[in-house]
Formats: sequence, C-alpha cells, structure tokens
Amino acid sequence: MANIIGAITTSHIPAIANAMANGLEQTPYWKPFFDAYPPVRDWLNEKKPDVIILFYNDHGLEFFIDKKPTFAMGVADEYHNSDEGWGIPTIPPVTGESELSWHIANSIVDEGFDMTICQEMRVDHGLTVPLNLMWPGHQYGHVKVIPVCINCEQYPMPQPWRTFELGKAIGRAVASYEKDINVVVFGTGGMSHQLDGERAGFINRAFDIDCLDKLVSDPEALTKYTNLDLVEQGGAQAVELNMHIAMRGTLLGKVTELHRNYHAPISNTGSGLMLLEHEMPK
Amino acid sequence: MASNYTDRKLQGTYLFDGQMAKKGYGLNKMCYSFNDQTARDEFNADPEAYCEKFKLTEAQKEAIRNRDVIGLLREGGSIYYLAKFTGLLKLNMQDIGGLQTGMSTDEFKAMLEKNGRGEV
Repeated sequence: MANIIGAITTSHIPAIANAMANGLEQTPYWKPFFDAYPPVRDWLNEKKPDVIILFYNDHGLEFFIDKKPTFAMGVADEYHNSDEGWGIPTIPPVTGESELSWHIANSIVDEGFDMTICQEMRVDHGLTVPLNLMWPGHQYGHVKVIPVCINCEQYPMPQPWRTFELGKAIGRAVASYEKDINVVVFGTGGMSHQLDGERAGFINRAFDIDCLDKLVSDPEALTKYTNLDLVEQGGAQAVELNMHIAMRGTLLGKVTELHRNYHAPISNTGSGLMLLEHEMPK
Repeated sequence: MASNYTDRKLQGTYLFDGQMAKKGYGLNKMCYSFNDQTARDEFNADPEAYCEKFKLTEAQKEAIRNRDVIGLLREGGSIYYLAKFTGLLKLNMQDIGGLQTGMSTDEFKAMLEKNGRGEV
C-alpha cells in the first residue's frame, strides 16, 4: 500500500529562485530564511520518498483566464518550466508519475472532484521553487512529482473547506494504491501577503503563526474560514493558504510536527516552513 | 471591487472577480503574452501599437503609459498578469508596492520589515 510518510509547507515566491540563482543564500536578508531548510532536506534525503504530491497555484504560465480550472492535476511523465516573463531562470524538466496520477484522478473524480486532467502542463515557480529549495542545484530529477493546481487568482475560488476535502480525497486515493511506495505532500505558497492595491505590503505575523499551529493540531478550524476571511486577515494573496489546507487534508492519520520556521518578510510575504511526519491510519 | 465588500476590512484591495475579469480581459491577455520574449520585444518597439492589437480601452492605455498600477487594477488588471508588464519594466514587487502606496521602494521595504516583525 502506498504510504504518505509526511508533509511540508513552504513558500514558493519567485524571489527565492533569483536568490538561489545569484548565490545570495547567506546574505543577511536571506540567511534567516535559507538556514531553516537543511533539516527538511536532511529528512527528505534520509526518507527518500518516491513521489511528491505538490499543491500549488499557476500564476499565469500554463493557465490564462480564457479557461481557468478550479482544480487541475497533471498525469504526465514529465513537466516543463518555461519563461514567465520577468526573468527568473527556466529550470530543467520535472519528473512525473503517470500511473499514480491516473489512479488518483479516477478515485477523486468518482468522489465528486471534477478535476481538469492535464497530460501537458507547463509548471511555474509555484511548483519549481519548492523543488529547488528541497533539492538545490536542480537535483530533483529522481523524485516523481504529481502537480495539483488550485485556482487562487480569479474569483470564484474553491473555499478552504473544499480544498481540505480535496486533500482528504487524495489521501484516500493514495491509501488505496496497491504499490508499496512512499509519498510526501507539499503545500506551497502563502502565507500572509498582499501584492496589489493601496493595501499592498500587508503581512499578519500573528495570523500566520496561528495558522501554522492549526495546521498541526486543529486543521478543521482553518476550514471555517472563507476566502474573504483569509483576505481580511492575511491579505489578498493569503488565499494561497488553501494549498496548505489541501496538503493537511491528505494526512488522515497521526501527525507529528518535526520542524518549523516562520520568517517575515521574504519579499512581500510571511514564510512558513514546516515538516510534519505522518503515520497512515490503521 | 473592494466597494462590493463594504462589510469587510479590505480597503485598498481589488478582488479579481468575474466583473473585473471581463473588464480586464484584453489588458490581461496582453500581459499574459509577455511570457514570450518576442511579445516583449514587440511591445518595447511600439507600445501603442501593441496595446491596440489587444484592443485596450483608452483608460487602460493611459494607465499603461503612466505605469499606473492602481489604474490598471481599477481597469480590470489582475496582479498576476500585471506583474509580467511591470517585470518588463524591470520593476520588482517592492517597486510596485511603493508605486501603489505612494512610498519610495525603500520606504515600502521598511514597512514590510515592520509588518514582518508584527509591529502593526
């Protein structure tokens, strides 16, 4: 049986890609951010997961608003990054996992999640930055990635309760997969930030820390928020917390927090790195 | 769009909903095209002609000319696509933050530091 052995929350902002491309990790601005990552990398290198299920949002690379899926997922053997327009380096292809992807798609569509299923899907910084953070130097080719993309750009967006349910459905799908493989789930993006409007620059440290606490021990509390609640408390782009909430939904068994770092600001955002260990329900 | 959510503490927020997505379609489509270097080159060679190609309204063209980010938001721009326009101008998120809030980039960065420390 496939086994979800853990989960990680991480920022995915493009500025991280630029910092890594330019070797700025140990500069005073970036050091408190990057210094939190080695324990998580060590854990991944020790556990050697076969598959990463990665929740992210597409910021206008693959999807435009001509057709905007609420939920989309990749089922390909390989994914490509591409020029996003403002100069972060394009990175090598990402390996996919077609068989488990289709298993998940079949299972969750049957449960009522009407996914857009993609055999070709350019993946943007939302997916590539976390992979390069975990395996610096683009050393992520050995791990198979299943991208799950949640609309965080255009209203109406799926509400937190719904993204949590999506996560749970994916968790059940993985549990019903017969091959003995280890899976780690990434919830990327966030935390509090607002890029647009006169309210730009809004960050809510206390709210972010409370969300991290609740992701560990009381995720149902987060599902009581509406997206407008998240905007009010965390800024316009705090709706990206939906990816963290979806990640937590996949963890149907016992959860133990192994590592955490909160740092703000990184670019315009609050950054929450957390490593959760997971034991599948009996 | 914040005016539609007056019961909320969202002042200074432009929620990108259906009405805005319709209003800003051409503008966002133009900005989405900037993913391609050829499109960026074409815009840089003749911005007015490029705006015309995507049938921008006068108000949208004016905001593009003036690098008026708030104006672009009001005219239906989504920040994710507008970021590709401002990236083309070599402006980063802190530069844009300053432009929208009437601060210098350094003042905006100082505000982020303060907010990050929880001194709100």
